[in-house]
Amino acid sequence: MASNLPGSVRQFGVALRALLVFTAILGIVYPLVMTGVAQAVFHSNANGSIVKVNGKDVASDLIGQAYTMDTGKKDADGNAIMVAVPKWFQTRPSAVDYDGMGSSASQYGPNNPDLVKLIEQRRQDVAKLEGVDPSQVPPDAVTASGSGLDPAISPAYAALQVNRVARERGLSVDQVKQLVKENTKGRTLGFLGEPAVNVVTLNNALAALG
Amino acid sequence: MSDTAAGLLQVGFLLLCLAAVYRPLGGYMARVFTSDKDLRVERVTYKLFGVDSKADQTWGVYARSLIAFSALSLILLYLLQRLQHWLPLSLGLPNVPSGLAFNTAASFVANTNWQSYSPEVTMGHLVQFAGLAVQNFLSAAVGIAVAVALIRGFARAKTDRIGNFWVDLTRTTLRILLPIAVLGTLALVAMGVVQNFSGGHEVTSVIGQTQTIPGGPVASQEVIKELGTNGGGFYNANSAHPFENPNGLSNLFEIFLELVIPVALTRTFGLMVKDKRQGYAILGVMGTLWAAFTFAATFFENQGAGTATQAAGAAMEGKETRFGEWASALFATSTTGTSTGAVNSAHDSFTPLGGGTALFHMMLGEVSPGGTGTGLYGMLILAVLAVFVAGLMVGRTPEYLKKKITAREMKLVSLYILTTPTVVLIGASLAMGLAVARASIFNTDSPHGFSEVLYAFTSAGNNNGSAFGGLSANIPFYNTALGLVMLLGRFVPIVFALALAGSLAQQQPVPVTQGTLPTHKALFVTLLVGTVLIVTGLTYFPALTLGPLAEGL
Repeated sequence: MASNLPGSVRQFGVALRALLVFTAILGIVYPLVMTGVAQAVFHSNANGSIVKVNGKDVASDLIGQAYTMDTGKKDADGNAIMVAVPKWFQTRPSAVDYDGMGSSASQYGPNNPDLVKLIEQRRQDVAKLEGVDPSQVPPDAVTASGSGLDPAISPAYAALQVNRVARERGLSVDQVKQLVKENTKGRTLGFLGEPAVNVVTLNNALAALG
Repeated sequence: MSDTAAGLLQVGFLLLCLAAVYRPLGGYMARVFTSDKDLRVERVTYKLFGVDSKADQTWGVYARSLIAFSALSLILLYLLQRLQHWLPLSLGLPNVPSGLAFNTAASFVANTNWQSYSPEVTMGHLVQFAGLAVQNFLSAAVGIAVAVALIRGFARAKTDRIGNFWVDLTRTTLRILLPIAVLGTLALVAMGVVQNFSGGHEVTSVIGQTQTIPGGPVASQEVIKELGTNGGGFYNANSAHPFENPNGLSNLFEIFLELVIPVALTRTFGLMVKDKRQGYAILGVMGTLWAAFTFAATFFENQGAGTATQAAGAAMEGKETRFGEWASALFATSTTGTSTGAVNSAHDSFTPLGGGTALFHMMLGEVSPGGTGTGLYGMLILAVLAVFVAGLMVGRTPEYLKKKITAREMKLVSLYILTTPTVVLIGASLAMGLAVARASIFNTDSPHGFSEVLYAFTSAGNNNGSAFGGLSANIPFYNTALGLVMLLGRFVPIVFALALAGSLAQQQPVPVTQGTLPTHKALFVTLLVGTVLIVTGLTYFPALTLGPLAEGL
């Protein structure tokens, strides 16, 4: 019967049936089966690598957090001014303030004068917090990441923070250095990506010390 | 290990992985498209579709089937977004507004995956996995089907039949994309990518602040996003998001997935035209261009030009610590040389010439190595142009793969090549002429603002989908204009490519003589590289001088 219909109408009938069949296979069966298998085999990874400290869910291993507090003051745009809490290692600047349900880069261009100002301000703030010369502040400390949720900083930025954290917590510098080392991941297979210190797991380790 | 040594090893390892699968995957795909046996599951699906898998189609019927399928895909995806609030797993999100729903439907059906929206606050899980991800598979399969039809045009003689669209679509999906996606999903979850249906999991950090950890069936969508050269992120930050791309290994794996099918298809092509050397030559052209652009992007990012970049000390704005400059530049080149458009860093924040390299790479028409299928048919059409140019120089009727390139073929090739630049440049000019469109520019300080607009239309017209993300594109003008540019940039060239396939298939092969230009040798590879660069260079050079070149030089 279908063959009596004009060709193009017939093609639409086929197209509709094909689309429904493929939606069932690729849109229902495939994601459900994959989720089932992933949940069974890689339960922690599949659920976001959630970590506990003292029995409570405190973070995902992979998602960065802010270790800052509200000063109660507002900037010119009406945004709350946040400052670092000195007893914690600091993550990078974030375009979304580490909001887990948002993720974004700043989208500032390489010659944007507003970004130049921001970077200079951050450089001063970090240098003051760590008590070092502004020229010693590494690039990742003054730039926002691609996701706004980067959990990691460069080994150089971590090294810059060791003395301050040790002092604030009454720990020895060697003890803190050791923790940084334990939470540093080298390049995967030795050459993929860049070495990075996971600030979230590092701070969780500090918290576990009490 | 120094950054440079690690960066070079990374590139070398990627090439090694691609080389390892080149023959097996290319050969496997050739068997998929030449076998006359249907799998049992395929026989069931053909019965459900109501098609005869043994009946080959003329190019016209093939094209009508493809357009009908894509048109219905567009409508279904539009409706799914418009109704999401009343459907399960919407996470409480409202229905997607009409302009945005049109743009997104066009984007995913056209294999572009341009995203005017922020997924976390726009798309519920159901739209993502039952709508967007389905089109990630199907639009990729459509591209491969067109490439295979064009190969048949060269390989067949004296027939008006170029294959059956429904068979090519089904085999590509079930025998190629789905099996790789299943394995790839598990690999990604093993590396840390999430795969769940959670709407968000609340945690309280060690300093007492609450944070919601997002969920979703990410890995199953991430794998086809790269493999099908689609590029639409499950999350707003795309492959920069730690849940989409947790580490250096996952990053390399995702780049590999983007490149693997377009690269291996050159082997499939060589096998199907019964001359493997032709496939190597095409791969040589693609590889040369990819290598040159990868070198350029890496060089410019490491050089770190720009006042803000220099104030920071390195081009780390918009880049993740775990990737740095090398892995970000490698990703940027691979995503713009294929039609993927996924990003692991913010292209808007790249150095002027680094970002310009990504932009220019898309302007080549995405043939280095291009999207799934689109890269191969795009490059074959440029190869026809190259032999035509060579033929003009020596005054002979040009031939390619034993088929004469006559006036009819050249008309189709010219129309194919002109379509995308036309819609890109008209769209970008229109946007710059409208105050409402200019108001969406974020970096208004320099020529960078024009680059944002040019990048958007180049990305849409070439079906890439990456962005200079500062542009606020979720306004009626961009949703409509970019939606139309994506559809025109996708389906108009497809019709010309299929018409070319039909025209070539009807010809009787001409014998190879002493005067035939060998198209498998270094001379031809050089000629074709030159053709690609000159054709796109001349077309886009004026626009590039106003954007990245003005900013970077």
